[in-house]
Amino acid sequence: MRSARAALGAVLALLVTGTVLVSLPGTAAAAEDVRTEDARVPSGSGADAVELDTTLYLPASATADAPAPAVVLAHGFGGSKRSVADDAQDLAGRGFVVLTYSARGFGESTGQIGLDDPRYEVADLSTLLDLLAERDDVLLDGDGDPRVGVAGASYGGALSLLGAAYDDRVDAIAPQITWNSLTAALFPSQTGGADGAQPPTTPAATPQTEGTGVYKRLWAGLFFGVGSVPTGGLLDALGGGAGDAGDDEGTTEDTTADTGGAAPASAPSLPQLPDLAGVDPAAVEQALTCGRFRADICAAYQDSAATGTLTPEVAAVLDRSSPAAVLDRITAPTLLVQGTEDSLFGLGQADANARGIAANGTEVKVVWYAGGHDSQASERETAELRDLVAGWFSWHLRDGDDPARGEDPGTGFQYPAPTGLGSTLGSVQGGTPSVVADAYPGLDGAASTERTDLALDGPLQPVVTPAGGTPAAITMVPGLGSIASALAGTAVEIPGQFAAFSTEPLDEAVEVVGAPTVDLAVASPSGTATLFAKLYDVGPDGAQTLPGGLVAPLSLTGLSADPTAPTEVTVTLPGIVHRFEAGHTMRVVVSSTDQAFALPAEAGVYSVALAGAGNGGSALAVPTVEGQAQADGGTSRWWLLLGAVVLLGLLGWAAAVLWGRRRRRVTSVVEPDGEDVPLRFEGVTKAYKDGFVAVKDLSFEVRRGQVLGLLGPNGAGKTTSLRMLMGLIRPNAGRISVFGHAAGPGAPVLSRLGSFVEGTGLMPHLSGRDNLTLYWAATGRPAEDAHMEEAIEVAGLGAAIDRPVRRYSQGMRQRVAIAQAMLGLPDLLVLDEPTNGLDPPQIHAMREVLQSYAATGRTVIVSSHLLSEIEQTCTHVVVMARGQKIAQGTVEEIVGTGGAVLVGLADDSDADRASAVLSGLPGVTVERTDEGLVADLGAQTSRAQALQALVAADVAVDQFTPRRRLEDAFLALVGES
Amino acid sequence: MTATEHVQPTGAVAGYRPGRTLRLSVELRRQFKRRRTIGVFALMVALPLVLIAALQLGASEEASENTRINLVDVATSSGLNFTLFVLFATTSFFLVVVYALFFGDTVASEAQWGSLRYTLATPVPRARLLRQKWVAALVLSVAALLTLAVVAVVAGGIAFGFDDIRTPIGVTLSQGEGLLRLAGMLGYLAVHLLVVGALAFWLSTVTDAPLAAVGGAVFTMVVFAILDQVEQLGAIRDWFPTAEEFAWTDLLQTPVDSSDLFRGVIQSLVYAAVFTALAFRSFSRRDVTS
Repeated sequence: MRSARAALGAVLALLVTGTVLVSLPGTAAAAEDVRTEDARVPSGSGADAVELDTTLYLPASATADAPAPAVVLAHGFGGSKRSVADDAQDLAGRGFVVLTYSARGFGESTGQIGLDDPRYEVADLSTLLDLLAERDDVLLDGDGDPRVGVAGASYGGALSLLGAAYDDRVDAIAPQITWNSLTAALFPSQTGGADGAQPPTTPAATPQTEGTGVYKRLWAGLFFGVGSVPTGGLLDALGGGAGDAGDDEGTTEDTTADTGGAAPASAPSLPQLPDLAGVDPAAVEQALTCGRFRADICAAYQDSAATGTLTPEVAAVLDRSSPAAVLDRITAPTLLVQGTEDSLFGLGQADANARGIAANGTEVKVVWYAGGHDSQASERETAELRDLVAGWFSWHLRDGDDPARGEDPGTGFQYPAPTGLGSTLGSVQGGTPSVVADAYPGLDGAASTERTDLALDGPLQPVVTPAGGTPAAITMVPGLGSIASALAGTAVEIPGQFAAFSTEPLDEAVEVVGAPTVDLAVASPSGTATLFAKLYDVGPDGAQTLPGGLVAPLSLTGLSADPTAPTEVTVTLPGIVHRFEAGHTMRVVVSSTDQAFALPAEAGVYSVALAGAGNGGSALAVPTVEGQAQADGGTSRWWLLLGAVVLLGLLGWAAAVLWGRRRRRVTSVVEPDGEDVPLRFEGVTKAYKDGFVAVKDLSFEVRRGQVLGLLGPNGAGKTTSLRMLMGLIRPNAGRISVFGHAAGPGAPVLSRLGSFVEGTGLMPHLSGRDNLTLYWAATGRPAEDAHMEEAIEVAGLGAAIDRPVRRYSQGMRQRVAIAQAMLGLPDLLVLDEPTNGLDPPQIHAMREVLQSYAATGRTVIVSSHLLSEIEQTCTHVVVMARGQKIAQGTVEEIVGTGGAVLVGLADDSDADRASAVLSGLPGVTVERTDEGLVADLGAQTSRAQALQALVAADVAVDQFTPRRRLEDAFLALVGES
Repeated sequence: MTATEHVQPTGAVAGYRPGRTLRLSVELRRQFKRRRTIGVFALMVALPLVLIAALQLGASEEASENTRINLVDVATSSGLNFTLFVLFATTSFFLVVVYALFFGDTVASEAQWGSLRYTLATPVPRARLLRQKWVAALVLSVAALLTLAVVAVVAGGIAFGFDDIRTPIGVTLSQGEGLLRLAGMLGYLAVHLLVVGALAFWLSTVTDAPLAAVGGAVFTMVVFAILDQVEQLGAIRDWFPTAEEFAWTDLLQTPVDSSDLFRGVIQSLVYAAVFTALAFRSFSRRDVTS
């Protein structure tokens, strides 16, 4: 038993190890203990002096002896240092000193938003680098030059690009979903050449606006709205805001100068309320409309929002905040992460950054992921991006001999595996796997992007632009991505307002990775046109999907007014990652309106056709990137795991089989007299878990050919003993031998046993015959060994044997069950209360069956609580009570035959005479009791002789019955229990 | 009677071999005639027909929203589509009950009838009894699943046409490819549902009441399904036995994203192995008192 447990334990341990193996690959590197330090850091001078709210995350491993590289995390627009706390914690857990801070104008920091202005926000970053350089637990490249990386998303991403351009102490950057040119992002026009080359060399090359573009009014409004909410209370905004603005722009005079630029957000506002009377109304208006924006930025926004055009002033503000012009200064290795679901800063922005930075020979790695400003990245993607950024910094910031440096992330290109799912319908649970390419195509030294030309077809079509720009097509809602995912429909195109050109249904699936281009021929009576080009995925049933919900706006000028001689323009469609399934068509739709953009107010009709219509029409050039689909969920890893699990299962199974074999081989000691003693109990004890002792130290044996009665009141332990014999219950102590072999669960010797114990155990849905047949089939023994017909005869059911058992009476079931026990003519037949529920003739028949069965040399054990039953059926008896044997012997011995007789006299006065007569017989002793005379006849005198003697003496005998001494004791026991 | 002629050295009667006891065919014959089994199979045949009738009657506008591919919208576009819908509709509860029934009922019902003790005294070794019962339950469960799918394919095909699979995103899969993927889905479901089966099986060896075993397993799954709705539990939910129960819909994508499928299969196998091991452990030590 112990070895059995050990083997099972081993199997379980293996399985548990398997579980651990499964979980191992998923867990990140063990995180270190991290403590944080909050500080308010002054930055800037004069009127632009601000206090930055910072938090420093210090891993336990960073000490003066072992300084660690540092990472500055910048937050996105509208966020604060708290928005990057999780990322900071994660990076610090990997052993970096991480500094987070709220940019000026955000969170608890003071000052006004300058949109990543090199004079303010970028200078603040330099201040923070100074701070890091002073720490002894930060690795230094030189005096005042910390080993530091900068990362951030969106607003923070642009800051990291600008920071790397303006401060060469920055050693690596990881900007995410950010812009190259704010002008191009907010006033896009995706027409003309992108990087001079035609076709463009990089996959998502998108023309960056020069001069004019279509105002992305929904996004710009949202963007500005976040920063213009007057935070920190009106008075605070007034005090801080007016003070700053007054100096720099000269638009307002000092008002509540006392509060200065550093009024904390918690400044008590009530006592100062009376001062409002003295506040300049212009300042109040500025505070209300511009919030925490700098006045010049506020003015630029209001200008463009009102007119929808890009004025030189606005362009100046936006260009100042754009990395585009200063990319050639960046020497820090750059990890560019951009989202495929981003209608604000599309893939083209990262493409332009990558080209600009790589042109200096700086290392650039480009990663696209399924997410962006329009959609939250899934948990898994967030974790993967963290790993990527941490890996990037680890390689580029740690010393070459640092064991924690990890693998070289290289300068490859990674993008989500293209699927046919637009952002329109559902998403893939847990994110999509990635595809990895060696390099971002078209970058310095790498081969250009492969482009496939797909023939488009479509006639010249008129496109109406409605007056006032309404109704307008609806394609996307900022922050939600394509309109379809919000409203569960497809994008809305207004009839008459678009031209469509389709390919033939695709013969095979096309995976588009990047921005396709198409040449169009456009004519406009006014010479200008505002158009929106998009690429739909059209299913065989006509269902349209707009990948990513992305639109390419076109601001065209200098167009021909003559539809027969239109101007040809090259259009770059939005950068996407999408799989067009076989059988689908690609449809280029050029529409005149889009809800998300500022539209011309005048009505007009343009004509749009494919360029080169005369010579077969132009083609859609779709970029594709060859890459190795990364087993992102680790398909190979999963195979390995599956293999491991199956292997463990097989091992466990093999162990179980071996264990079973060994157990089978270990046969118990066979008693030599086994064949003569079909059953032997030796000191058998069974105590249940609740402490009830059912059988206590029971010993008896049964010899061949005996019909043994197990007699005892209910609860005497008879059934428990039989169950132990059948191997259903394990005894706590003692040994039960059947034909000399130890009995126990599954002991082969039990095959010589037939049993009927407590309940018939027949399957109610089967007929009696089927029950018997299936029972025998379950033994696996040859059918001819069953002696089926004899058994059915014993059951004596006649035609009823073929009816379902559930319709049987109790007696019928009983007989079928006994017949089942006798199948195969077992050498030892065990029957528990076999006559229960039988009528007297059946009981009589049963007795004869059992006696004749024993006469064949087989052994029968019958249990009963009825003495008379035992007396009539059995040759031997074991009497039990309360789990113990109280008597054992032949029925004669127990019943008292040849022993004492009770003599009842017709006339009590004869008692003395009768006593004398009996005493005169040899070996007889007589005693008087209340019931009458009890004569112990001894061995020499038979009952017949004694009776004859009494009759001869003329004694009137009323009763002459064998005296059952045991019955008194037995009845007493039954009475007690 | 000559005493020892018909006896093997192990003490067994001639003709008795432990490896031949309770053969699978015998166990299946014993189980298959039960009303329960016949009822489940009848239900498996009836369910697709009822669903077809329902789809013919009413529009499927009120289909529940879910983040996965919604198969209700395209249920009527072909027989294969209909089959996918049937699987989708039955995965989270109906099939769970079927597995729980076949696995949970198997030992406990024998204990309830009292036939268990006779089978054990035959003697069928306890481990062998469990193994045969487990395999028989698996055969019946998988047969039920296949019945459901075959009836859905055939009846759905007759009702909606034998056409290609069309997914809600407009991707079509040809019939041959579709049948292949359907086979993959059925395979995945058959393995994934083993979690329920093995749990019910374990409970079946612990209790003598079939209802307790079946109900206990179903109840556990329902509790996990409810907990799965609690977003706050985050990634813990990925470790639930119910996790990835709908991952078979990933087979509709091109290319197939297999990582969830793998995770589902491995996790289920590990869970099933643990529960099965527990079943063997508890049954080998148990006193059969029923």
